[in-house]
Amino acid sequence: MASVTIFRKLNRFQKRTFSFKTIEARWTEMTSPYTQKPSVRNFSEGVAAAESSSNLILYSFWQSSCSWRVRFALNLKGLPYEYRAVNLSKGEQHTPEFEKINPLRYVPVLVDGDVIISDSYAISLFLEEKYPQRPLLPTDPRRRTVNLQVASIISSSIQPLHMLSVLKHIEDRFGAEERLLWAHTYMEKGFLALEKVLEDFDGRYATGEEVYMADVFLAPQVAMATERFKIDMSKFPRLGRIYESLKTLPEFQAASPQRQPDAVH
Amino acid sequence: MAEVDKKKLKLYSFWISSCSFRVRIALNLKALQYQYIPVDLFKGEQLTPEFTEVNPTEYVPALVDGDVVVSDSLAILMYLEDKYPQHPLLPSNLHKRAINYQAANIVSSSIQPLQLFGHKSVKEKFGTHEELSFNRYHIGKGFEALEKLLKDHAGRYATGDEVFLADLFLAPQIYSAIKWCNVDMVQFPLLARLNDAYKGLPSFQDAMPEKQPDAPPSGAS
Repeated sequence: MASVTIFRKLNRFQKRTFSFKTIEARWTEMTSPYTQKPSVRNFSEGVAAAESSSNLILYSFWQSSCSWRVRFALNLKGLPYEYRAVNLSKGEQHTPEFEKINPLRYVPVLVDGDVIISDSYAISLFLEEKYPQRPLLPTDPRRRTVNLQVASIISSSIQPLHMLSVLKHIEDRFGAEERLLWAHTYMEKGFLALEKVLEDFDGRYATGEEVYMADVFLAPQVAMATERFKIDMSKFPRLGRIYESLKTLPEFQAASPQRQPDAVH
Repeated sequence: MAEVDKKKLKLYSFWISSCSFRVRIALNLKALQYQYIPVDLFKGEQLTPEFTEVNPTEYVPALVDGDVVVSDSLAILMYLEDKYPQHPLLPSNLHKRAINYQAANIVSSSIQPLQLFGHKSVKEKFGTHEELSFNRYHIGKGFEALEKLLKDHAGRYATGDEVFLADLFLAPQIYSAIKWCNVDMVQFPLLARLNDAYKGLPSFQDAMPEKQPDAPPSGAS
């Protein structure tokens, strides 16, 4: 209330100056994930370090598609964060320190002050509720539901079935051929379902001209499907087209595995 | 399939499906009348034209509300929460909401999809013994995580003294773990206590698999 009263007393010149500063400050905030290199610690250093001054800490692995989703979401919302790498190839998820952070031993995990949240779907909804700028869910009920549906299909009916630990289990028991068949079967089944869910929407992205939660989950999933599993996206033209649009976004590119501090080239 | 009923909401459900169980609890909690339309997943009825015409994703459960069709239980629950706010499924506190989202997703992404008896192809190819140890491993891992996640937040129910989203995911998963995988809940005292609490709630009990119209008379699979 007090600030509004002060604003009204400013003359025309002063009002313009105030507005310019506000826009400048906001621009800096918005571009900070791209203009500033995220501060990096490897996992053990991070644990030993004193409380970070940054609000948000993301435990992530460069190649994890679930971590990719959250990196993408944070970038879209213009939220800077400290990146703490958890090297899954070296088994860092099994250290007692990380197990305290997430007993399930999965990445990503987001730390926001004294709140710790694991699971990319839960993190996305938390970010949406706490940091409503640049919404990840539309207000229109139908599109909102479709976004929640697409993200959930990906996070519960597709990705878990091709997690490395699951594929390793299938391969150990039943062989490499069975592993490939398994991964392809569930990914293609899920993609077919997504094609159907999204068939009534036109536009550049999943549910129209704005990027929402469906896109945040879809893009890393399609990237994984094409790059690691060589899925033929011509069978899923809508998803392929959406992915081609999302690929060009700086927020997506900045979140991609190769651009992460722990990437191995 | 059942004849069209004048009741507005229709739930395509399978008696034994824990995803369907979650939605049935929510509909009961919100006192929403619905027509129960069974889809026998063991017989592949989710692949029939009658079903795919309504729900092309072939996923069960599916909710039909007028001209809106929603599949995927978490999406259905969020839809119900937005449209029918009575008996809220989420608390107002941001942190508690996040705990509910996490618990729901631990079940829906890290336990339930890895229950291989849900995958007909696995049963046919690999046999029952193989799937049991795999299922128990993932249940154990998930339940351990849930014990730790909820220990500072649980009250009478998972995240306090009222039933919320987490409970809707826990009840069916615990039921399934005990009934189909012989998991000994002694290792998971908090979840065991919650399970006992759910037994006293009509909205949970009425949603139980054995009470559904398509359950076999004996209740066995």
